[in-house]
Amino acid sequence: MIPGAVHRFLWTEGLIAVRFLFENVMQTLLILVGIAGGVAVIVFITALITGLQANIIERTLGTQAHVRIMPLDEVNRQLPPADNAMILLLDSPRAQRLRSINNWQAIRDMLDAAPDIQAVSPVVSGPALARRGTARASVALVGIDPERYQEIIAIAPSLIAGRFLVGDGHALIGTELARTLGLGLGDKLRLDAGDGRIAVVDVAGIFELGVRELDARFVYLDLKQTQTLLDLPGGITVIDTTVNDIFTADRVAARIARLSGLRAESWMETNGQLLNALRSQSLTTQMIRVFVGISVAFGIASVLAVSVVQHTREIGILRAMGSSRKQVLRVFLVQGGLLGLLGSAIGAGIGWALVQAFNTLGPGLFFIPVPLSLIPFAMVIACLTGVLASALPARRAARLDPAVAIRYV
Amino acid sequence: MSDPASRAAVLRLSAVSKTYHIATPQEHEVLHGIDLRLESGELAALVGPSGSGKSTLLNLIGLLDTPTSGELYLLEHPTQTMDDAGRTRLRNEAIGFVFQFHHLIPAFSVLENVLMPLILRHGKPGADDIEQAQSLLADVGLAGFGAKKPSQISGGEQQRVAIARALVTRPALLLADEPTGNLDTQSADRIFELFRQVNSRFQCAVLIVTHDNRLAARCSRIMSLVDGRFHSSASASHRP
Repeated sequence: MIPGAVHRFLWTEGLIAVRFLFENVMQTLLILVGIAGGVAVIVFITALITGLQANIIERTLGTQAHVRIMPLDEVNRQLPPADNAMILLLDSPRAQRLRSINNWQAIRDMLDAAPDIQAVSPVVSGPALARRGTARASVALVGIDPERYQEIIAIAPSLIAGRFLVGDGHALIGTELARTLGLGLGDKLRLDAGDGRIAVVDVAGIFELGVRELDARFVYLDLKQTQTLLDLPGGITVIDTTVNDIFTADRVAARIARLSGLRAESWMETNGQLLNALRSQSLTTQMIRVFVGISVAFGIASVLAVSVVQHTREIGILRAMGSSRKQVLRVFLVQGGLLGLLGSAIGAGIGWALVQAFNTLGPGLFFIPVPLSLIPFAMVIACLTGVLASALPARRAARLDPAVAIRYV
Repeated sequence: MSDPASRAAVLRLSAVSKTYHIATPQEHEVLHGIDLRLESGELAALVGPSGSGKSTLLNLIGLLDTPTSGELYLLEHPTQTMDDAGRTRLRNEAIGFVFQFHHLIPAFSVLENVLMPLILRHGKPGADDIEQAQSLLADVGLAGFGAKKPSQISGGEQQRVAIARALVTRPALLLADEPTGNLDTQSADRIFELFRQVNSRFQCAVLIVTHDNRLAARCSRIMSLVDGRFHSSASASHRP
């Protein structure tokens, strides 16, 4: 019974709907152009904003960890006041000395096992002064485990000279620092971490991450040498991690902080402005999509309302010949669905072509990928919009009094 | 009801009234207690001046409208208790319509127009449906016209297509509303002749609403409607 009913539905209503649409080719073409234009705008703007955001996120998060785990700040502790006593407190905040994360190996292993965390890299990091001859620059020493750190920030692809090598007295420096101190590959660099802890290292590679601050200040060494320089034997100061879904970083950070009792900072906290910008962009895109969608829906609805009037007499004849109200209703719903489907197929094609044109002929600032799922998704939404938009005209058609409709001239 | 003849009636109306604009100042009764009985094989003409209620009565009989009071039985189905879907189904199965202005659907070919009642009933037409439609087209003298569009044929030809369409479901009752109203005399005669043939060949009851007394006189029975009541000559005698 059910396949028969579906077959009947597809055949009779589909046939009448298609013929009605073909009867007024000009009218149908015009509304198709309208739908196609709307869908093209939606597809293009969605791809553009998605591509733009992916690009911004990649550039920003390409040079920083998603979640950084650090020891809690040191605070002055107070004794609880005795009963009925009042305390006048003069509290001078403590200087935050460089400290290691206690028992960091256990925390690293726990993070390694977490399913939503992609990469974990312990880092020891602190300030130092770099010298060459009489030139000086303040730098940040970053002691890394090379394999693990590569998963957080890909330095090797950013190298413009030399190779990715730390340890055994080798260091990686940024282009800005190399320029300031006049350093080239193989040159000696003197690092002074204070209290007489001094090391001389070879420049093994020069990187350019594209962020001025990092290129001017970061000096990558291995863990052991940095620990010695910073007087933190066996310790680490930060655990850098990346997460699978960057927009869950704040939740992951909160969970890590709760579990480890440490401070965990997500990129979302440290890049509040960026996150705000991304969210406003998404909201704007969403609004453009909704309003274009509404315009398309009204276009479909008005064309079908006209079509109902144009076909009043035919509807009367069909009803007299034994067509049910539901059949008439479906004839117009199918018309709306067909218009949406066909218009969105054309529109998605135009949108795709616009994106390709942008990628090949545009300013070339970044590449916009078109997610394959976007096109069928847009078509399904447009088809549903068409069916919904046709609901009112279809209802009017179904409610026509056949005795009156037949004599409609 | 005990009368055996009443069970064979195709159509039976008893005390049917129709009032428009009920409970408004414009309220007026168009039909006043109509009694009517139509048997299979009858060829009846319904005549009357404009405004006499002919169209209203035809709408009621064609199940396009419902009476305000009274009972209407089609093939002994009590239609006044049916819902819209039930009346629609019965209309599709038991009634064939022919209208004054042919009322073919311009978006479909002649053959598709003839097949339309079957398409509405069960979707894609089968080979036997198409064969039947084509033989009906041949019966009305339009063999080979199937692929044409309604706009490509004359008014008389369109009316023949409409008759073929009305017959494709083998209805028990054929209703014609001024079927020759806008045809020239010659075409009108041919159309009327076709009704006569259909009537004798398919043994369906035929009810023709007409202004044309000349045509009415050639029917086996004439019912005259005046001001919503059958005139005294309503049960006119059968004529050959």
